Parts: sequence; structure tokens; C-alpha cells
Amino acid sequence: MTARGDGQPDGVTAEELMAITASRLLADHTVVFAGVGMPLLASAVARRCHAPHLTIVLEGGIIGTTLLPGKLPISTNEMRAAYGAQMLTDITDIFLYAQRGYFDYGFLGAAQVDMHGNINTSVIGSIERPRVRLPGSGGANDIISLCNEVLIVTQHEPRRFVPQVDFVTSPGYLSGGDSRAQAGLVRGRLGAVVTDLALLDFEPASRRMRLRALQPGVTLDQVREQTGFDLLVSTDIENLGPPSAEELAIYRKLRDGPAAAA
Amino acid sequence: MEHVAVLAARAEREAAGRPVADKRMTAEAAMALIRDGDHVAIGGTLYSRTPMMLVFALLRQRRRHLTVSRPLACYEIELFLATGALDRIVTSWVGIGLPWGLAPIFRHYVERGEASYDEWSHLAMGLRYKAGAMGVPFLPSLTMLGSDLARTLDLQTVTCPYTGERLAALPALNPDVALIHAHRADMFGNVQVDGYRHMDADIAKAARTVIVSAERIVGPEDIAASPAQTMLPHFAVDAVVAAPYGAYPHECYGLYGPDLEHFDAYVGAVREHGPAAGLRYVEENVDAHPDFAGFVAAAGAARLAALEAAASELMLR
Repeated sequence: MTARGDGQPDGVTAEELMAITASRLLADHTVVFAGVGMPLLASAVARRCHAPHLTIVLEGGIIGTTLLPGKLPISTNEMRAAYGAQMLTDITDIFLYAQRGYFDYGFLGAAQVDMHGNINTSVIGSIERPRVRLPGSGGANDIISLCNEVLIVTQHEPRRFVPQVDFVTSPGYLSGGDSRAQAGLVRGRLGAVVTDLALLDFEPASRRMRLRALQPGVTLDQVREQTGFDLLVSTDIENLGPPSAEELAIYRKLRDGPAAAA
Repeated sequence: MEHVAVLAARAEREAAGRPVADKRMTAEAAMALIRDGDHVAIGGTLYSRTPMMLVFALLRQRRRHLTVSRPLACYEIELFLATGALDRIVTSWVGIGLPWGLAPIFRHYVERGEASYDEWSHLAMGLRYKAGAMGVPFLPSLTMLGSDLARTLDLQTVTCPYTGERLAALPALNPDVALIHAHRADMFGNVQVDGYRHMDADIAKAARTVIVSAERIVGPEDIAASPAQTMLPHFAVDAVVAAPYGAYPHECYGLYGPDLEHFDAYVGAVREHGPAAGLRYVEENVDAHPDFAGFVAAAGAARLAALEAAASELMLR
């Protein structure tokens, strides 16, 4: 899908835009717990651009994977996910590192996210009589509960950005205010939501989603139209820089392999 | 949700013998250890080191009213559903992977209420097996709190007697039977794996009966040559099954990659024909062959060689 907004380099896709925007949020000398797909690509781009000491962790039990360009894993538990890794341990152990506080970032996608950052990957409809039974939490609930800062990356569509999720698979700020801490989730905070239209965060008092910056060529009205709830808007909306040629080349080489990028 | 009687589980383990004996048997013979209504835990994760030879042997039996638990469940869950063997799934995720979309047979049964799905978080599954493996009734954790998962499962919390902090109390999971696939085992059941360990050691130690399949049966001297690779000691294993390509069409770390084309064909058939395609898959890939070796041979030497090459390419040596 070609990225929306007219300020993009030619041919940039929504996926590329999201992954590159998200990659810029990851600081050097940190540890990121990434899922497969966009979170993993974003982390790998960051390592190759500005954060060479970023350690990528995957829930299959992998610490410090480097990835083989063009052979990206489909699952976090397969051999391709471990290419060049420094350590392989078991799954439970990996999550316990998160609980201990070693993982600076947890990186998630979302089928459905609401104004308080709660994520649903379990059911459309009710849990008793689901209209659609989705795969389930996997490690998402643990990542959002245990990592130090959580980043969410997803396409900006009204069906994904809903006022309230049908089912809280992975708790964000629950009903806002201090409800997350009240529920016993005393560790971790939601840092940012990255989309193909914008960069958002959560207003500190209400814990409601707030627009911080726009992707190139995207308007505030466009973001509002694509959000299924009333969005808070920062007083000083910034503009995100477009992907650089270097970032795009690195992303495409990772995805397609060295031959495809040549 | 049933809760383990931890003292009963411990008493049963105490009373069981620990003979250092030749535990080798065929997959078919090992299936006699599984009864209708059992909770069977399947080792590996998603499509990595799944004990497919043992799974196929169990599918052939057409057992009824099974509960199956796994760290992440792949399409083997759909095969148990489609053959009428499965009442209840206990896991954190069901599918094959993003490219194949939602699992249609799984959806069919769960959305109609014909099978139940107890959805826990991934760490919760790990800690539930670990509690079972440790011989304690629960483990505390900071995960799952505040979620609808916790509400649906009626997950209880505990207050720390030292600090007053509130934690989730994840109940022990002690399966009736564990199915585990490994790289090597000796005849006594000393089991070694390479690469990922998934949740296999805890699943096995939590279970009441443990069946291990292994790519190679080796001598005790081979086990002793690399004892740090040993994942399970002989006294935690009840049956050992020789299983070359025993995880195929899933992957086995360092030996062969996953057969993604096989997954494509399966998902294509299910999309076209619905749940009936699951039963047909079992008839054609399980029932039609005299044993698992027949199913593997049907893949063809060229495809197996390609999967071995794919695995080899990923090993830095």
C-alpha cells in the first residue's frame, strides 16, 4: 500500500514509512523486545542506521539477533529469527528478563487499539460468542505489562482506532488516569503510537491518546477522519521528516535481500 | 479451570518407579500411554521442533475429548479439531503465521462453541508449566493484571506477605502427557536438544507421563560427551521413540527448515473446502501411510535436501 500524504519520496509504502518512523525512536545502547513483522524490521533498521549497539530480543528465546537480509523470520520461534544471535534461552526466561526490567522497549502491532492504548487481538464481538476469533495474545500481554516503554505501530484506520476495544487482550492505560497502576501494572509505560499518518503519545493526566506529529504531507483533518474517537491534539504539532534514501535502502535490503536492493 | 492438587501430583511422582531401563518403543506403542479425556501438552513452539511424528501417531488413534496445551499452537490444533479429538485448547496464540492469516478450522469450532479456548498470555503459559515442574501450586507474576484475559479466566491475585504488592497467581499446569521432540536421546531417556529450548523442559517435568521422540538414538557415551546439552535426565522420561525428520513439516533447529510450501497447500485446501479439508489432510497424510516415515518419504528427497540446506545456511560455524 502506497503511503498517504503527498510529502513522500516516490513509491514509499505505508509499511516502510511506519517502520522507519518507529526505528528513529530507538536509542543506541538499549534493548528492544520486538515482534515479527514491522517491529522487527524497524529495530533492524535502527541497528543499521543510528543505533549500532541496539540489542534485539525476540520471544522465542533469542538475544542479540542480527538477521540475514532477505531471510526474515515469519515467526519469533524459528531458526531465521536467531541468525547471528548472542544467546538462545527458553521462552519463559526471555519474558522474565522483561519482568526484571532489562528491556527498554517493547514493540507491538495492533489489530485494534483504543484511546487509552488498550490492544485487542482476541475477539471481534464478545468472548462468549465471538463474531471472529482472533489468534490471541501470544506475548503481547506480557510485553505491554512488563517492558519499560511500549511502542505501538499500526496502520491508521477507523476500524483499528476505536473508542474502546471489544476485549482488552493487552492492557494499556485501561480506563485512563491511574487505572493502570490501580490494576497492579506498576511497571512500564506506553511511549508512542506510530502510524502511517502520525506519531502519537498519551496525555500524562488523562492517559488519552494525543497527536504529536504528522507524517509528511498529512493534514490534521486527515488524521481525525481516520481515528474512530476524539483525539487530543498537542499544542505544537511537529512534522516528521520523510524517510531518507539511506533508510529506505537499508529497509528494502533487509526485506528483499542484497540482490534485490542492488 | 481445574486446579492441580500439588501434593497428589507429587505423591504420584514419588510412587512412580525410576528404572534405568531401555525405554525405546514405536510411536504407535507409545500412544497406549494416552487415554480419551487426557490433557496432552505438545512441546516445541508454533512450527519449531513440534513432535509431529508423535502428533500424527495420536491423530491416527482418533482419541476423544482431549485437552491440548502448547506455548503457541500451529495447524496441528486444527487437525485434532477436524478429527473430533479435541474439546479444549489451552494456549496463548493459534495460527501458523502472518502470511497465512487467521486459522479457519480453529475459528469454525471456537466461534460455534464446539471447542473451548482458554487464552492465557505467553509468559503465563510458561509460568504455569514451570509451577507444575517446580511442584508448587502457583507462581506469582506481574503479567496479565488488569486485562480481560484475567477476567475471563477468573485469574486470582496474591498479596506479597513481605511488601504488600499485588501479583497475578498463575496456577500450575500438570498435563497428563507431554509429547517432546529432541535432537538426540539415549535408550534410557537422557534427552539433548540444540538451539531453542522453548518451554520443553518445564512441560516435561510438569507432566505425569513423558514421551520423547528423537532425530537420533545415541549411546550413553555420546550423552556424557556433552552433558550441558542435556535438557531432560532419564528419570524424567517414560518413552523414547526414534524419529528421523520427526518434526517435519515443521523445523528442527540446525537440521532442517520448515516446509512453507506444505503450509501453503494446507491453508489453500482449507480456504477452498472449509473444515472438511482438515479431515481430508489427516486421511491423506496420516491414515494413508503405514507410518510417519511414509509421510516423510512422500515429500521427496529433493524437498528434504532443500530444507536441510536452508537450515545449514543459517548456522554460523
